[in-house]
Amino acid sequence: MIRNWTFTVTALLLVTLGMMTATFLATSLRGQAQTPDTQRSLAYFDRIAPVLQHPRCMNCHTSTDFPRQGDDSHPHIMNVKRGAEDLGTAALQCSTCHQKANSASGVPGNEVWHLAPLRMAWEGLSAGDICRSLTDPAKGGMTYERLIAHMATDHLVAWAWQPGNDLAGKPRSTPLISHGDFGQLVRDWVASGAACPS
Amino acid sequence: MASFVVNGTTVLVDVDPDTPLLWVLRDHLHLPGTRFGCGAALCGCCTVHVDGEARRSCLLPVGDIEGRSVTTIEGLGTDGLHPLQSAWLEVDVAQCGYCQSGQIMQAAALLKAIPQPTDQDIDDAMTGNLCRCGTYQRVRQAIKLAAFGSIDGVPR
Repeated sequence: MIRNWTFTVTALLLVTLGMMTATFLATSLRGQAQTPDTQRSLAYFDRIAPVLQHPRCMNCHTSTDFPRQGDDSHPHIMNVKRGAEDLGTAALQCSTCHQKANSASGVPGNEVWHLAPLRMAWEGLSAGDICRSLTDPAKGGMTYERLIAHMATDHLVAWAWQPGNDLAGKPRSTPLISHGDFGQLVRDWVASGAACPS
Repeated sequence: MASFVVNGTTVLVDVDPDTPLLWVLRDHLHLPGTRFGCGAALCGCCTVHVDGEARRSCLLPVGDIEGRSVTTIEGLGTDGLHPLQSAWLEVDVAQCGYCQSGQIMQAAALLKAIPQPTDQDIDDAMTGNLCRCGTYQRVRQAIKLAAFGSIDGVPR
């Protein structure tokens, strides 16, 4: 009886030790060991993710052959298509309707109005998967320097904080933190190791 | 002041640069073929070409087209009627006719980009041009007639 009990406890200890070792190795291999820097980096990304997942960003980072619109992210009216170069179709380009700046009529505008390429689609991804895609070359990922520049200074990204009014005359919603704070968060996230949630 | 080319002629217009091109064409240059529909790029009625590409003139600030070349329905046919205008007449597309200048300008931009378009190409290009009379099938036939020589898209 005692021998059986000793055997069971030993087996459980070995299994537990094995699982702990495997977890440690897995997290170490991903560079996700929970050091203080990693914890800080994950905390930064927790604040970055809601911005990336905001409709002002997600509506153009779609995984579809069309853009989306509005806070409910419905398909772009008129059945507008993405086109081969993410600028609309041959004769109905984004710039057919979208001007260099927001229009008083409610049509949003920017000098470089376009969709993010499909390889940079975020639609349907978890926050962790979006995080990993940011620097994954296979998904159009950028170097950290380019990523910081894109998030902090890109003219079209900046539009998300100045989106103007919608067709009903109501102000479009914006991310809950300012563009300046967002840019700083991205810098801090990179400086702390650019850790991604699992 | 704004200076640009309209149907091959350079014009100089004393307007605020924020003025939509549509109103400069209609009220200052007396080219009423381009129509006002919605004022929000939702109907395609006001379509013109800027440097050969379709643009909704109701939203396009004239200050943004400084020095560029605008083509309106009045200047589309360089030597008589444009093939699309002839096809429009042959198919008798128009019912009330209000939207047709925008429809023709949009279709001309399509044929310039894709001279022999598929049905999908036509759908993708014309989807933003509304016709309250519902003449869409005749619009499609006229585009095919201009592109292929027959309303069913079979080359003749």
